[in-house]
Amino acid sequence: MGVVATDRQGAAQLSPKDFKGNIDPDWCVGCGDFGVLRSLQKACAELGLRPHEILTVSGIGCSSNLPGYFNSYGMHTLHGRALAVATGAKLGNHELTVIATGGDGDGYGIGGNHFAHTARRNVDLTYLVMNNQIYGLTTGQVSPTSSVGMKTKSTPFGSVERPTNPITTAIMNGATFVARGFAGDPKQLTELIKRSIQHEGFALIDVFSPCVTYNHDNDFPFFKERVKRLEDEGHDPADWKAACEKAMIWGDTIYTGLFFQSSETPTLHKLEPVLDKGGALGRRSLGLRREQGEQIIKRMM
Amino acid sequence: MSRDGFDLALSIGGAAGQGIATPGNILARIIVRRGLHFNAYNAYQSIIRGGHIFLTIRVSDRPVHTHGDKIDLLVCLNQDTMDRHLRVMGSGTRVVFNSDTIKAGDAGDGVQLCPLPVSDLTEKNRNKLIQNTVALGAMTSLLGLDFAVLEDGLTLALQRKGQAVVDENLGVARNGFEYARDRFEPFASAMPMGPKPLAVWSGNEALAMGGAAAGVKFYSAYPMSPATGVLHWMAKNGRELGIMVRQVEDEIAVANMTIGAAYTGCRAMCATSGGGFALMTEAIGSAAMMEIPVVFINVQRAGPSTGVPTKTEQGDLWQVLGASQGDFERFIVAPRNALDAFNTIPELFNLCEKYQCPGIVLSDLLISEGTFSVDPDEIDMGPKIDRGELITEPSTTNGYKRFLDTETGISPRALPGLEGYVHIVATDEQDEDGRLISDEFTNPHKRRQMVEKRARKFGQAAGLITAPQLEGPPEADVTLIGFGSTWAPITEAVELLRQAGITVNHLNVKWIVPLHAGVIVDILSRSKRTIVVENNYSGQFYRYLRSETGLDVDGHIRKFDGEPFMPHHIADGVQEIIAGKTDRYVPVHELTV
Repeated sequence: MGVVATDRQGAAQLSPKDFKGNIDPDWCVGCGDFGVLRSLQKACAELGLRPHEILTVSGIGCSSNLPGYFNSYGMHTLHGRALAVATGAKLGNHELTVIATGGDGDGYGIGGNHFAHTARRNVDLTYLVMNNQIYGLTTGQVSPTSSVGMKTKSTPFGSVERPTNPITTAIMNGATFVARGFAGDPKQLTELIKRSIQHEGFALIDVFSPCVTYNHDNDFPFFKERVKRLEDEGHDPADWKAACEKAMIWGDTIYTGLFFQSSETPTLHKLEPVLDKGGALGRRSLGLRREQGEQIIKRMM
Repeated sequence: MSRDGFDLALSIGGAAGQGIATPGNILARIIVRRGLHFNAYNAYQSIIRGGHIFLTIRVSDRPVHTHGDKIDLLVCLNQDTMDRHLRVMGSGTRVVFNSDTIKAGDAGDGVQLCPLPVSDLTEKNRNKLIQNTVALGAMTSLLGLDFAVLEDGLTLALQRKGQAVVDENLGVARNGFEYARDRFEPFASAMPMGPKPLAVWSGNEALAMGGAAAGVKFYSAYPMSPATGVLHWMAKNGRELGIMVRQVEDEIAVANMTIGAAYTGCRAMCATSGGGFALMTEAIGSAAMMEIPVVFINVQRAGPSTGVPTKTEQGDLWQVLGASQGDFERFIVAPRNALDAFNTIPELFNLCEKYQCPGIVLSDLLISEGTFSVDPDEIDMGPKIDRGELITEPSTTNGYKRFLDTETGISPRALPGLEGYVHIVATDEQDEDGRLISDEFTNPHKRRQMVEKRARKFGQAAGLITAPQLEGPPEADVTLIGFGSTWAPITEAVELLRQAGITVNHLNVKWIVPLHAGVIVDILSRSKRTIVVENNYSGQFYRYLRSETGLDVDGHIRKFDGEPFMPHHIADGVQEIIAGKTDRYVPVHELTV
């Protein structure tokens, strides 16, 4: 968690509008990503965050354009590399609230290696994956979360591969906050984002964010008929076995909400003595103290 | 001993696992504590046990830049070493070996065999490594040193393991020393004393220390020979020096994480070899596009692909020249030796921060994994630090443009967390305020403006770096041209050729980009005969030089067998080329290592 001041003296409470970027989204009308952006703006406002205290980091894809539409420091990096860049940035300035955004192809496909290792390291950031089960920006190819049988431009006879399960993958790799949201349920999503930012450690929110242009199998009505909130069923996020069981359910019922949370594992930057004192690394003065240099040379003699 | 003064090379050969490093380190410490210079090269393979390891340490009372051309003292720890090397040993060489387990072959004239009955000398000690200590004793005698010198060295090296271990080793070392003293003729001149103690470092340690001195706060790596030594130094010293050190999942993560840390204001660096560098390349272009200063180090080894992981080459020049898609500027610098590598890192950081761009250091196995003496007074741990145009104070006015198109092309840089400077950086082409130009329409005028802005930064960069200089007499029969680590063997070859009556000068090019092409043209157009020396097959440096200067050259000396040039390889090549026998000379590496 970064600098979260809920009752800052003299600073006016910001509204979601204050987190609006200087560019209007170029997403298709009806795209689920609009709902995710609004929920993120609302969550940051409600947490009392200030734009300059936040860094959003994205990869490449429709949803990775989000930093441009959001008022904060932002890095729109390479395809699949958001989590690696975000990890470096968080360690470089652990006082920032770091939010990584992207899509299912970016995060679970080309960036899959970083997804596993960022979860394992428990880097303190929120990872918002706008999962539309399709490659949209490249005009509709199969993605790692596309269902078996799904017909796309690259699978004209239907996909034969089974989709990945981001929720169980994240839990098994050691993520300490694992949730699923739905762009059609902004209230729940805003709450999940707030909790994920407050969570100290790696927080995944996989968000069903339907693509209205290229995925006609998994559209808003598909999810509306199926989604059930875990919180309505008394699910205990501390129970990882129950979390996995609920995450494996995919059919007439698909769960959203907080599957798993653990506060037992310290986040990476708390484990590094280099960050114990002295503030953000990136703001420290450069150069060694004279005695440090002398000590180094003495050991070489 | 080819030069005036003291100049002696000793080699220890054996299999991996036979503990060559320990006597090597003990000797290195003895040498520098006496104030003598040394240059050590270890020929090895990518195995933990077996194979053939061959460590050569050349000692001199003057700075010594290569491991030389000949071996004066050969220590064979196994039969294989004896079989490989005895036949090429020249007159005067002492060959030390355990006569219980190793049979000497046919020695050449003047070679002095020094068999040691190790079992008798160690009272049948069953520790297989004990023969190394006996050999150290014998070497101490041959080098004309008092036993007390070795006693100090052994005690220093082994005291961590307890007094019993020290005593055991001192006992057998003394036996070896006395046995050799009574039977073998020592070298004519004993190892002298220098004016003051020196220090020991490897090229990788020098690169890491250069980073620490430059103020590196973030270092990330994935282990890869021959660059791993940088990671080891950083991991060992990082916490004490306030450097965040991370070993991560792959070089893609390394490069991107380093860029993330650099964006927040850390001086950030990473090192790898060609294969890892290949994985980093996309990120290097992103650093250029987002205008984030980062230093990438490529420690070259023999390629392509996995290649020969433990052997040297200068084969990645075109890889770094063309690293990452698109047309963009990056600094590329090839230091000549460990001290130069150390000094280059802070200089490169200052340039990268001034011009907000990536910088690439081309090292190689020869520099990075070599171990060298260094004068501690030459190591400046407090170099000049220039962070360029960095905004540090918050502002209440908005309207900051991260990529402001200025006269110099340099846009003042604000770091995240600072109030009043919120902005986006992108790997897409973007406008002055970070707006993706594809968000409106791919405006050709803006695209051109931003390409020119980034390129304009470099217009002034060449003025800040030192132009290459001709070493040696301006009027010479031959000009030898090289880059990076070939500086050392070329420098010694120049001396060998002078002794043979051929005057040679030497142009070493350190800064590959930007290249002082005009200066080079000016120098080479006055040369009588030009020969390019490089450690690769296809003449990568020659082709680059020709593309940038339009100059052709008269001859080539190339080596691509994995082993570095020895000075005589270059001298022989010059003689052959002058004699008109060839215009492309490839030396034969005499040692089978």
